[in-house]
Amino acid sequence: MQAAIAAFVGNAPLRDGRVAFGIAPLVDNGNAVPMTVRVDSPMTEAEHVRSIALFNELNPNTEMAVFHLGPRCGRAVVSTRVRLATSQRLVALAKMNDGTCWQHAVDVIVTLAACIES
Amino acid sequence: MKTPVFAFALLVAAAHADPRRSGFDDMSASTQALQRDDTLNPALLWLKDGEQRFTSLCVRCHQPQAMRGVATRYPAFDSRLKRPVTLGERINLCRTRYLESKAWGAENEEWLGLETFVANASRGLPLAPPADQRLAPFREQGRQLFVQRLGQLDFSCAQCHDQNAGGRLAGSLIPQAHPTGYPIYRLEWQGLGSLQRRLRNCMAGVRAEPFAYGSAEFVALELYLMQRAAGMAIETPAVRP
Amino acid sequence: MARALIFAPKTAARGDVIEIRTLIAHPMESGQRSDGQGGLVARDILRKLECRYDGVLVFSAELFAAIAANPLVSFNTVATASGTISITWSGDNGFAQTESVMLTVS
Repeated sequence: MQAAIAAFVGNAPLRDGRVAFGIAPLVDNGNAVPMTVRVDSPMTEAEHVRSIALFNELNPNTEMAVFHLGPRCGRAVVSTRVRLATSQRLVALAKMNDGTCWQHAVDVIVTLAACIES
Repeated sequence: MKTPVFAFALLVAAAHADPRRSGFDDMSASTQALQRDDTLNPALLWLKDGEQRFTSLCVRCHQPQAMRGVATRYPAFDSRLKRPVTLGERINLCRTRYLESKAWGAENEEWLGLETFVANASRGLPLAPPADQRLAPFREQGRQLFVQRLGQLDFSCAQCHDQNAGGRLAGSLIPQAHPTGYPIYRLEWQGLGSLQRRLRNCMAGVRAEPFAYGSAEFVALELYLMQRAAGMAIETPAVRP
Repeated sequence: MARALIFAPKTAARGDVIEIRTLIAHPMESGQRSDGQGGLVARDILRKLECRYDGVLVFSAELFAAIAANPLVSFNTVATASGTISITWSGDNGFAQTESVMLTVS
């Protein structure tokens, strides 16, 4: 996951904060986990979020989604539902138009249904 | 001296409180949120599809508004087949008897959408199994299936869902298993499915040979389950883990 | 044609930030599942979602296999003028679908 984050961030400074990764810490079922990422930004032409990337640690693929925003979004809030293979750490990264990157990491515990399809 | 009477009435009411819980109450807040908000519930895709299909196929005989209350009374006795039929079967029978179409196969997406639409029309209404005496022997058969041990693991439905509801199985909370929200969007399936599909998962879970889709056993079991859940509100389309 | 739904307000005041929720029926087959015969079920996912407001791209998302089936993607946009908001989904096996809604801005 660190490599994927490094690739997304490049040489830009990376700091914690401004990003709020909303996801339940204990998940009913890893097949469809709702999540919302909120980035603190005025979303003006002068100062806005350019992209939000979601990464995980232990799924077969590290990247989950990359959202491309701009001043026309008005608010930097995106929601989706992801699949999580197991309990793990997730990171939401926001890249601003001034090149800085901000992140928020969360640890999620994933349980699975007991009676599954054979 | 009104207070003691009031307190006593409250006590009596509490003693008779309904111990039944919907699976909804056992879910995490974020999964509950998926069911509460129609714009987040993935089942909406099937519901909208069902609504369109109803207006193209069923309106020649049925008004959409007339569907309200229908799902509360199923399974119901079909006089021609001389046995109970589930809501899903009833829809399929309409197709074959009155629309000159072939019956839909198990878990057919169009069929699920239509069933979701019809059941959703009764959302919020209490389940009201008909007092039809002809249903009694089938309901009794369903009750016997519910308490009978099955499969390699030799569990009965009652052992988990009556005796151990609220406990845990492999980390998951055991619900009381009231089918108030079918067809459901099950996160495990990442899709919409019927009660019979869910029951087949249960049977596979105890390593029993699942009853076939459309079998008499499933109809009897559903008849019993609906009686067991009588008075509980329909939630279709529910979301479950 | 997969079933798809767009939830967005029909009217808004100029400058309002409105939320758009999109839902589309798609299995998002990850390519990791066993097919029960020793092989894997081939990957079949949506890879991109684009939102155009009167033809101008205002939001897009790159989706990967971790996105759950029947993807929901919700985002915001500023109500600038009355017009068409269209969502295009595209992905594996040449999947491409566009749905639109009208927005009246006062």
